[in-house]
Amino acid sequence: MALSLREYDRACLAGDLGPACQFAMSILVRMAEIYEAEELIDISRAHIDSSLYQGDATLEFAERLVSMDAKVSVPSTLNVSGVDEHGWREWSVPPDWAEKARRQMVAYESMGCEPIWTCTPYQTATKPEFGQQIAWGESNAVAYANSVLGARTEQYPDLLDICAAITGRVPAAGLHLTENRAGELLLRLVDVPEAVQDDDSFGAVLGHLMGKLSGTHVPVIEGITVEMGEDQLKSVAAGGCSSGCVTLFHIVGLTPEAPTLEAAFHGREPLQTFEISLDDLREARRDLSTTEGERLDIVVLGSPHFSLAEFRRLAPLLQGRRCHSELQFLVTSNRTMVKLAREAGLLAPLEEFGGKITVDTCIITTPMLSDDVETLMTNSAKYAYYSPGLLDVEVAFGSLEDCVQSAIEGKVVRGSSPWDD
Amino acid sequence: MGRLIQGRVLVAGEVGGEALVGREPLSFWGGYDQFSGEIIDRRHSLAGAMAAGKILAVPFTKGSSTTTAVLLEAVRQGNGPAAVLTIGVDTFLALASIVADEMYGKPFPVIGLTAEDFASLETGDRLVISRDGSIEVVDSG
Repeated sequence: MALSLREYDRACLAGDLGPACQFAMSILVRMAEIYEAEELIDISRAHIDSSLYQGDATLEFAERLVSMDAKVSVPSTLNVSGVDEHGWREWSVPPDWAEKARRQMVAYESMGCEPIWTCTPYQTATKPEFGQQIAWGESNAVAYANSVLGARTEQYPDLLDICAAITGRVPAAGLHLTENRAGELLLRLVDVPEAVQDDDSFGAVLGHLMGKLSGTHVPVIEGITVEMGEDQLKSVAAGGCSSGCVTLFHIVGLTPEAPTLEAAFHGREPLQTFEISLDDLREARRDLSTTEGERLDIVVLGSPHFSLAEFRRLAPLLQGRRCHSELQFLVTSNRTMVKLAREAGLLAPLEEFGGKITVDTCIITTPMLSDDVETLMTNSAKYAYYSPGLLDVEVAFGSLEDCVQSAIEGKVVRGSSPWDD
Repeated sequence: MGRLIQGRVLVAGEVGGEALVGREPLSFWGGYDQFSGEIIDRRHSLAGAMAAGKILAVPFTKGSSTTTAVLLEAVRQGNGPAAVLTIGVDTFLALASIVADEMYGKPFPVIGLTAEDFASLETGDRLVISRDGSIEVVDSG
């Protein structure tokens, strides 16, 4: 069936609402045909990943929109930027990169976007509501909004998210539609001890495994018997869209569209069932590390961006201790969270420990680490997945406690944990 | 003449070239170096391969929303693939090509294949893509 457009859509296309709306709508209409959508629908909010500088093309795209006087028509927040605009000189960011990344930030701010500069808009700004039609970029945020909050968004790639924000319209397709939100694969945990489910690495490991198993399908996880908090669910979301492309998952009894197994599958049968044992999870956990060696140059926490609750968990681990002199300890977060953490007295222990903070960006979105960094340790599945390729480093994945202890000793160390054989 | 397969055109174009075929999905951000055209995801079977100018076949894109930005920059620098083949419809790749067209007048063909046709392709095959989505395949082996 052909795409049918409303009067507003046609007015945009005809240029009646200015060149920016015309440009954005022409891209949306071409995409709607690829999605095989029958119409466009309204969105009431957007989160824009296009603001991340990744070379001159992204800047030229942004400045072309500005030259057309583009303005967003729905409340729109901004994802991570390509530079920590105040702190970049302490690191190895080339000045040319910093200047262009800054220009790109200014471009999107001038379109009326809210500069929260974070990959965790669901922790930093108002949460979208259940059932709300939104257009979000940033893979972990998309997975979180769909899965944990029950808002409805496709994963909008860079360059399309801003077109949706300018016009307030998206193709009626994918996860905007109820029928596409049904579970397809069953991931059933079998005899996974609660001590493992409660471990702070569990969300990241489960997400990593979920991404590898799910392909392009919607997974449903059954067998979680503990409470999973916001930061654990954030780790599941980020892990699943790094090793794979999970943009919606359901956890039976926990996420809003999965009060029961039947509800999660909309009454249908799973296409496939995977039984997940403790050994499968252990293997996924090992898979997040690329090295078993002890050498260590930097410990990095905060992908997705560190939350206030995570600062609160970290602070007592650092109290009265000191980072090894030949190693860096870095937390990546955003300006809002860091301000809250400072007001709560949670940054003093980090600073006394010898740790640093980078805001509004992270180690894989700005070229801040020097070439001397060869081995990195993290508790983040997303950092663990992307760092070897983007930064040409070896990665050791570990718990928050192991990350801190390793920073103190200056080498990768691992304490006893519920994951042990 | 090689054998012919028929794909669904997401973005049309005519191009011939050598196939580079990966069996796992790829995130172009973190997986494709826009400044060189090399596959850099060390967890991917194509790691280290040069994809610039090749007809790149991957089942689908995964991971980051920034995939499209990376591809656009690769096209701008002349380091993009000559065309991309996937299984089914990949909206990220289609968008990257559409914006490359709008910005630089340089779209690259994006064609969706059946799983069977995709599986029949091998790295090193010579492919000729037509505007209607038909692909002539001269097998390498």
